[in-house]
Amino acid sequence: MRKTTTLIAAALLLAGCGHQEAAQQSQTDQSFESKLEQQLLDAKPGSVIDIPAGHYSLKRGLSLRTDGVTIRGAGMDKTVLSFKGQVVGPEGLLVNANDFTIENLAIEDTMGDALKINQGKNITIHGVRVEWTGGPSSTNGAYGLYPVKTQNTLIEDSVVIGASDAGIYVGQSNNIVVRRNRAEQNVAGIEIENSVNADVYDNTATKNTGGILVFNMPNLSQAGHASRVFHNKVVANNTANFAKKGAAVASVPAGSGVVINSNDKVEIFDNDISDSQTASIIISSYFSTNYYNTRGVAADYNPYPKGIFVYGNRITGGGDSPDGLKLKTLKTAVYGLSGKFPDVLWDGYADPKDLVNGLPPADDRICLQDVNGVINADGPNEYKNPSTDMKPFQCTLPKLPPVVLNPEPKV
Amino acid sequence: MPMKMWMRGLMLLALVCLTACHRGMDPVTFHDDGYPPKLGDWHVVEARDGTLQLNNGVVPYELNTPLFTDYAHKLRTIWMPKGVSAKYNPTETFDFPVGTIISKTFFYPLPKGEARNATDVARTYDTSRDFAGQGLNLNNVHLVETRLLVRRKEGWVAIPYVWNADQTEAILARTGDVQALTLVSDNGQRENFNYVVPDQSQCVSCHAHDWTTRALQPIGPKARHLNRDYHYPDGDENELTYLTQVGYLTGAPAPTDAPRNANWMDQKAPLDARARAYLDINCGHCHNPKGAANTTGLTLDINTPEDRHIGFCKPPTAAGQGTGDHMFDIVPGHPDDSILPYRLSSTEPGTMMPEIGRSTVHQEGVALIKAWIAAQPGDCVVLH
Repeated sequence: MRKTTTLIAAALLLAGCGHQEAAQQSQTDQSFESKLEQQLLDAKPGSVIDIPAGHYSLKRGLSLRTDGVTIRGAGMDKTVLSFKGQVVGPEGLLVNANDFTIENLAIEDTMGDALKINQGKNITIHGVRVEWTGGPSSTNGAYGLYPVKTQNTLIEDSVVIGASDAGIYVGQSNNIVVRRNRAEQNVAGIEIENSVNADVYDNTATKNTGGILVFNMPNLSQAGHASRVFHNKVVANNTANFAKKGAAVASVPAGSGVVINSNDKVEIFDNDISDSQTASIIISSYFSTNYYNTRGVAADYNPYPKGIFVYGNRITGGGDSPDGLKLKTLKTAVYGLSGKFPDVLWDGYADPKDLVNGLPPADDRICLQDVNGVINADGPNEYKNPSTDMKPFQCTLPKLPPVVLNPEPKV
Repeated sequence: MPMKMWMRGLMLLALVCLTACHRGMDPVTFHDDGYPPKLGDWHVVEARDGTLQLNNGVVPYELNTPLFTDYAHKLRTIWMPKGVSAKYNPTETFDFPVGTIISKTFFYPLPKGEARNATDVARTYDTSRDFAGQGLNLNNVHLVETRLLVRRKEGWVAIPYVWNADQTEAILARTGDVQALTLVSDNGQRENFNYVVPDQSQCVSCHAHDWTTRALQPIGPKARHLNRDYHYPDGDENELTYLTQVGYLTGAPAPTDAPRNANWMDQKAPLDARARAYLDINCGHCHNPKGAANTTGLTLDINTPEDRHIGFCKPPTAAGQGTGDHMFDIVPGHPDDSILPYRLSSTEPGTMMPEIGRSTVHQEGVALIKAWIAAQPGDCVVLH
């Protein structure tokens, strides 16, 4: 008897080593999963896959490759696809199709990204909740809603909680509207990366590490520019960074409201930004991420943010407890122990090729209006000579046109 | 001279027939529509009289370096209708005619000295009990699945079949399958894992080289993978030569003039060639300039230059938790600081690479890639 127990224990130990055990799945869940997979396989342009209310446990990532399909649930709290115990990924749902709409359902606890749409045009994500139910953890999946290489993309009325990278992440896409969403307890709430023409408005980003990010990474298919971030509520994004090192957002200090990194032509206006303990608005270059090296970064990559226009925001609090030793030291050195950073923190990297009398050309400048000040951290000189001079930032830039989705999504 | 060649062709045809003819097997049937419910409906490979048999004209082949699939062994075959042939291409998948059927049967030798049971399979590189032209002795193996790639008028279609418990027939499994199996090593070590049969949509994940057109392509039948010898029933021959001789391939140069990937296990081949062959077949179908992973800026196919494109000092793009706290895809000289081997060593669905197609770690493959990275000179100097 005793021997048997030992044997079983040993078998269990062996079984548990270094791999995922098959998840417990009820008969109902199993037949739901295979029915849904079959529906996705058999979908034709124009198909609507209705998923009734219910909590469904899935163990395999789903995928769709047919144009013109709609996946519709009964509500983001009523139709729940749970991937807890998922054995095959990588995503919850991977879509490689045009004219795709998903609405009114929830995707929970995926091992990797929750919803990835890789290559497609006319994408609508409406009323979708993505959540890692255990709260922030570096073992959560990376991205919540993740369209990449898409055109004409709308993400609205959705909620993302707990992503270990970005909650809503639009990458290498063109013509994008992200509106009326809630991003909470992610490393990055909303991130627009290497994308062209994005409007991000009426969203709430709170309790993330960084609220709303507009980034450009090297080595990718296109450089991003022309994003407008406006009329959002960016509130107390002070959650400790829980991304794995190496991820682009791992360099974002906790307590960041809106962050621009290496992106061009970005307009930030009419937002309510409050209680961002590092800074309400951070404007930075790729040098500050600690990834820049000539061997691994394309020579034509532009690491400098150019043409950034900040105006008409309502900024309160923040800057009082920056994340990381470097920034803490900087704050104390310039503003004293009980002082705080002003509304805008700039890392101080400007393209030396462009400078005329110390200033970039008019269209490439960083223009700051309606802020209580700026700190130029002097990153190129290891923060040795920070400056609080507002004069280089007193300028205006031409306003960007609104993004028009064409065709207009039908929801 | 033409007469001689004609005679030679006839002789070869007779030879193919002699070795592969199976009385009682209906001719191969190409279905130009739908998804036949049983593998047997195609009459390409069938389990008969305790043997997995190949039908007339069904030609087996192997790759110089194969994709890793949880230590499964694979029997690959190709069949074409009479009078048509594939066109040779030096770099891409050959241009196959409508009617082509490619099959790949995934199986495991049974653990030595163990009675057959539903779950135990051998983890071994010993191929001595595998198909050797005469058929696969079903007493020695556990058949898991047979995947068909069928070239129809509208393009390639992938159709997965899963073998039944009796090992008599494989049944259509469009939504794939998950089977709990146990790998048993020669030294008795056991590893439980989920063998995952991909669903039809996941087939596309690897077989669509171009993520925009989404057109499926076979991966293996390229010159560089097939340029090797095979032990045919009638003797050893180069696969490109053999396929040409039986009329399945036109336009191929002499094997010496065709590209050739290394065999990743060939200790005599240069480390670089072995590692690149491994990355090519295991990663290149997504990590190529048009593939699913062209969102990442990381390309791993055989044509990639050995610079940032293959990952040297390249910051990850969207690896998320897959970085494992490492800063660059490959840090030359430092495999343990590199993301690439970290992801090859993972079995977590959100971290592992390749993303699908395996549930276990390919220890020997990881060791090869680590050795290759360790041999790379230089470093990554971060600028501030």
